[in-house]
Amino acid sequence: MFGTGASNFVEGVDKTFFIIIGIGALFLIGLTMLMLIFMIKYNKKRHPIAVQVKERMSLELTWVIIPLIIVLLMFYYGYIAYKPMREVPEGALNIKAIAKMWDFSFEYENGKESNTLVVPFNKPIKLNLFSKDIVHSFYVPAFRIKEDMVPGLKDNFMWFIPTELGKFDIMCAEYCGVRHSYMMSSVEVIPEAEYNSWITQIKKKSMKEEMKGFEILKNNACTGCHSTDGSKLVGPTFKEMFGSDVTVITEDGKEQTVKIDEEYIKNSILTPDKQVVKGFNKGLMRPYNEILKDEDIKEIIEYFKTPDED
Amino acid sequence: MEYSAIENSYFKIGNKHKGLLGWLTSTDHKRIGLMYMYAIISFFFIGGILGGVMRTELARPGQDFLSAQTYNAVFTVHGVIMIFLVVIPGLAAVFGNLFMPIMIGARDVSFPKLNLFSFYIYMLGAVLAVISLFIGKGAPDTGWTFYAPYSTQSGTNVIAAVLAAFVLGFSSILTGLNFIVTIHRLRAPGMTWFKMPLFPWSLYATAWIQLLATPIVGITLLMLVAERLFKIGFFDPNLGGDPILFQHLFWIYSHPAVYVMILPAMGVITEIIPTFAKRKVYGYKAIALSSVAIAAVGYLVWGHHMYTAGMSGTARWVFSFLTFIVAVPSAIKVFNWISTMYKGSISLEPPFYFAMAFIFNFMIGGLTGLILGSLATNIHVHDTSFVVAHFHYIVFGGMGFAFLAALHYWFPKIYGRMYNHKMANWSCVIIFIGFTTLYFPLFIIGLQGMPRRYFDYLPQFQTGHFISTIGAFILGLGFLLIFINLVRSAKKGKITTSNPWGGLTLEWQIPSPPTVENFEEIPVITEGPYEYK
Repeated sequence: MFGTGASNFVEGVDKTFFIIIGIGALFLIGLTMLMLIFMIKYNKKRHPIAVQVKERMSLELTWVIIPLIIVLLMFYYGYIAYKPMREVPEGALNIKAIAKMWDFSFEYENGKESNTLVVPFNKPIKLNLFSKDIVHSFYVPAFRIKEDMVPGLKDNFMWFIPTELGKFDIMCAEYCGVRHSYMMSSVEVIPEAEYNSWITQIKKKSMKEEMKGFEILKNNACTGCHSTDGSKLVGPTFKEMFGSDVTVITEDGKEQTVKIDEEYIKNSILTPDKQVVKGFNKGLMRPYNEILKDEDIKEIIEYFKTPDED
Repeated sequence: MEYSAIENSYFKIGNKHKGLLGWLTSTDHKRIGLMYMYAIISFFFIGGILGGVMRTELARPGQDFLSAQTYNAVFTVHGVIMIFLVVIPGLAAVFGNLFMPIMIGARDVSFPKLNLFSFYIYMLGAVLAVISLFIGKGAPDTGWTFYAPYSTQSGTNVIAAVLAAFVLGFSSILTGLNFIVTIHRLRAPGMTWFKMPLFPWSLYATAWIQLLATPIVGITLLMLVAERLFKIGFFDPNLGGDPILFQHLFWIYSHPAVYVMILPAMGVITEIIPTFAKRKVYGYKAIALSSVAIAAVGYLVWGHHMYTAGMSGTARWVFSFLTFIVAVPSAIKVFNWISTMYKGSISLEPPFYFAMAFIFNFMIGGLTGLILGSLATNIHVHDTSFVVAHFHYIVFGGMGFAFLAALHYWFPKIYGRMYNHKMANWSCVIIFIGFTTLYFPLFIIGLQGMPRRYFDYLPQFQTGHFISTIGAFILGLGFLLIFINLVRSAKKGKITTSNPWGGLTLEWQIPSPPTVENFEEIPVITEGPYEYK
């Protein structure tokens, strides 16, 4: 059921699982057996007259004290295995992990960005956790680690030492809306030498990606629902959108054909549900009238107007 | 002679109104209890069908017949209905109303009109919850926990669902208040606190939680509405709020709410075991006081829902420590139940089988709760299907099975008729098998790392999900069987005696069904409730 230790925490956590499940199973089996034995042995047919057993204080005290000791032990083991998770060693590699609806992105110390987390083998890694919109949670089952990514919280973190090479799933564990179950990524653990050469290769951004409008779209998590490469997500793609004709459903349920121009884009940002592109659901996008300023929307439109390169 | 018991009972004789109106305007605790029962069972079936729809969609990975958005609405509404409309009011409103006054030797609760009013508040909340599905911009999609800031931003119909929960809270508060006063003021002469049966004891502890904890969730939900409507920044960091504050306020109520449903369940089991084992309850005082202890310590453990939420390190271990402490009084009850069977003379009737299934499920629910209470292990399984399995073992395997046990135990008293025992035993077996097949695999895939509230999942989780879905259908079959058996027997079952199980508590000393006034003469109590000779 459990993988072999892919991080420094696996051993301690799995040991705690083993202790608690083990003791629990003993109690469950023992008490269930006792119940069944009593049901058979003291069945009315075999045992027609009940004996009123006198209560003994000593027995009551025994089953207060013994469980108390056992649960305190369980608490202790859970605490001991957990404590190091909040104590980051000096010299850990700092990586910023940023969540938004519905993807993870990572920023490294030298400014490099990536969508999968790439880390060097056997080095302590500290992830500083941020969220741009709502609460998400960073979960790597193979590492036994999880911590929420909370908007507005500036100092939340998690850390680990990857002790196995390979690729491991990252999943969002805090419910975050329609694409929650697709909010996944992976941790790639590679040898340190490989990591050192990977981290220095910084892909140059295309001209379009450097536009201010694109920055605004990314920061407001628009690209979580609207792709820029033509793939269909929760909302229509931005690729080659400007100037095209689309069928929309109006608020009173009528179909209309409109040309995507500056006016339509502005209206869709401020009142998304008025004209929803056919094939997509209304009620999913919030109105951005209090969040985006007029200048922002102008920049976004400039970005849409710019044709794709190559 | 026995048939005339039905003719003279609360069933046939109401107030000045006749027929349905006589029920809807009745302040008789038994009629109100029964109205709650029909309402709650109806909502249980709606919630159950939503659950079945969810399980069917999850039988294999990928999209089958629901969209992701619909799936999210389905699990939200399933949660809202099951938690706020079924399990929280469940045992207290139904069997508490039906039997608590009788068991303490009273003719009714202290405030019968308030009691009827609570029922109508409940129905109002229920209607709001159902309306939230159909009006506005689509059914709520936040999960029953309404976590901010998603719930302050979601375009769906969150306000209606939140108001429903808010209104339902008042019903709960008023019922709690009514029960506290009733138990203090209306016990029969001679019934000292420690001569009171243990089901009323559990209701007493429950009522204090209802009274003191529910207002907190009421305020929290209003804060959420204020934030959505007027942009007052309590929880959304964009407005200067704190998302973790919402989680604290929400769980300060919603964790004790778990005890609102499980304490009366424990009370029911504590009534059933001595009746069928013909034994005095072992450790009467320990059981009574452990209810109070659970209610008290249960207030202080809410943070165990939030180990990964970004709380301070100190808060995390303090909450873990308190969580382990609250496990002890629950364990005491299990030991006492089993000891009550020792050297008894046990009749294996349907309510007893349900009670045994309850204890088994409750032990699994409790022991897996220790895994969740422990910090290191919680981090791995928090927000996975392990949690889903755990709380279904408590609310369904525990409270749900206790409800079925109570239903089969008091059925002859409620209707004056008996059901088919063989069929009841079979339905118990089928429901137990269905339940286990449905929820046990979720522990396993949770340990493997299957997050909860996922519309789609990775292929390694498929076997577990598929088995679980099969369990859902077996469970449905079991409920169908119970439904047929009980509905038929309520009308045409064999007329029963006033005390078919040989119980000693007061409800068994009056006719089945009881008369409107319960007792011709209020009994005088001279000994404890379970003095089997």
